[in-house]
Amino acid sequence: MQLKGETVLKRVAEDFMGGSGVPSGLASGTRPASEAPPHAPVVDIKGLSLTYEAADGPVYALSNVDLQITEGEFVSFIGPSGCGKTTLLRVIADLEQPNGGHIHVNGVSPSEARVRRDYGFIFQAPALYPWRTIQKNVELPLEIFGLSKAERQERSQRQLELVNLKGFEKKFPWQLSGGMQQRASIARALSFDPKLLLMDEPFGALDEIVRDHLNEQLLKLWDKTRKTVLFVTHSIPEAVFLSSKIVVMSPRPGRIIDVIDASHLGRERKLEIRETPEFLKIAHRVREGLRAGHSYDD
Amino acid sequence: MNVSRRAIVLTPLALLGCAYALNLVHSPTVAGQAGLGFWAFIIVLWLAAAVALSGLSNLRPKNLNMRRLAGLCVPILFGAFLFFLWEVIVVGAGVPSVLMPAPSAIGGRFVASLPVLLADFLQTFVKSVLSGYVIGCLAGFLVAIIADRIPFLRRGLLPLGNFVSALPVIGIAPIMVMWFGFDWPSKAAVVVVMTFFPMLVNTVAGLAAAGRLEHDLMHSYAAGYWTTLVKLRLPVALPFIFNALKINSTLALIGAIVAEFFGTPIVGMGFRISIEVSRMSLDMVWAEIALAAIAGSIFYGLVALVERGATFWHPSYRT
Repeated sequence: MQLKGETVLKRVAEDFMGGSGVPSGLASGTRPASEAPPHAPVVDIKGLSLTYEAADGPVYALSNVDLQITEGEFVSFIGPSGCGKTTLLRVIADLEQPNGGHIHVNGVSPSEARVRRDYGFIFQAPALYPWRTIQKNVELPLEIFGLSKAERQERSQRQLELVNLKGFEKKFPWQLSGGMQQRASIARALSFDPKLLLMDEPFGALDEIVRDHLNEQLLKLWDKTRKTVLFVTHSIPEAVFLSSKIVVMSPRPGRIIDVIDASHLGRERKLEIRETPEFLKIAHRVREGLRAGHSYDD
Repeated sequence: MNVSRRAIVLTPLALLGCAYALNLVHSPTVAGQAGLGFWAFIIVLWLAAAVALSGLSNLRPKNLNMRRLAGLCVPILFGAFLFFLWEVIVVGAGVPSVLMPAPSAIGGRFVASLPVLLADFLQTFVKSVLSGYVIGCLAGFLVAIIADRIPFLRRGLLPLGNFVSALPVIGIAPIMVMWFGFDWPSKAAVVVVMTFFPMLVNTVAGLAAAGRLEHDLMHSYAAGYWTTLVKLRLPVALPFIFNALKINSTLALIGAIVAEFFGTPIVGMGFRISIEVSRMSLDMVWAEIALAAIAGSIFYGLVALVERGATFWHPSYRT
């Protein structure tokens, strides 16, 4: 297992070196986290706000949000519905436009980062195209970026192996279970080696057992690929289990009320750590934060 | 089990009875003057056929091929029985052929006039319908793509489309004859007008059918307009486009036949129908109707077959 993980790691690293015009920033994944350059955060947000007009007046989706994310972190955004966590993720991904504040992704604007293909976005639903086989779905971004057929096949094979979908290449999405479909969509997002993996409640529609399983797999994937992951959820155990940093948000107006460091739980975690005192302590602090945010309303 | 066994026994019996009745009704003593006994026999056959068919439709053979055969059996026997009733009633009661010819008379006429029918088919179906259909559908599709790209065109064209598609074919056909002459181009023009707007409206709706998530995905790949169109929006629009193709396949045939009532060279299905009605040879009219029905069904069936292959992924076809 260890050996396999390392070879994948090496392959991924080679990929970045060989990849066309991709800055070598991600190659730092081969270094231990402590050696990562302390300057220039991957995501740098200052005083960000977003308001939109609804029928009954303006809605303050985000208000004065400050946040810095460094490379290789797994950051969860947690909060009740309507706290702006999805909106924040969509602003980072250049799917929404903020009204005020500054946001930089790898030193450029979100729109430039998007055009540079820095983002692998994973949605609440798998959003696989039903007329394409699983393999062709994984190859979709590669086709759009104009990679050769051989390259596309090599990459899709490797990614499908990484998410344990080997043998399902020729199946169509509707022939697979919900969990498998979501795994295929993760493979699709990883296929072009984006710098950032943005996940918007990816496992929200799945049952708890499948979800636990996918959480474990996602952690392994994060460890292997050393990607920076931004993960929106409303499940406290999920957030604490996965994250190296947890961002607690509250609604009306959407803002950050606490940022909790959870990196001391380590990179490799088993589901059992959810019973340990350290885990429960963090979960407690998240819950406290959520409660404090709520009392603002009442 | 009981029901299906009854069907297996009853079906051959009913078929035999039908054959006997057909033979009987054409004998000089019965034709045109069938007695009560004969009609009672027909009613008994009818009941037997109903029981047999309801049993057959419940059959669930284990073998896949047998099941397919059983699935085909019911509609074929049902249709055949309707033709049998038509034949027996028309011949037995002596209905004048001007009012309603027997299927056997229509069939005989059909076979005897094959060269004429073929000429009419080439004129009306191959020249007018197919060329008009291809031009109308293609133009509707292309204009839909342009209208989708340019909002003011969409807002201007769609109401106009509704307006034009509400125009009666009877009204535009003479005008098209004035514009494009007596031969098939004027009929093709009517078909173009009739098929253009269903395709336009359906394609515009289909191009708007892709979900927000799928669009966001393409946006996150920084995919341009054409890439999004080809890789996402057109595939999503396919079921809508095929819907228009199917609607148009029947509309086109109607349009071409009706248009031939308003000035035409001395060939064509519509021309033949109008001329043979005035000559009181209704069996020829019915032969043309049969030809139109066969051609139209095959056309529709082919489009539906292509649809099934192209949109196999759609929830209505998934296996």
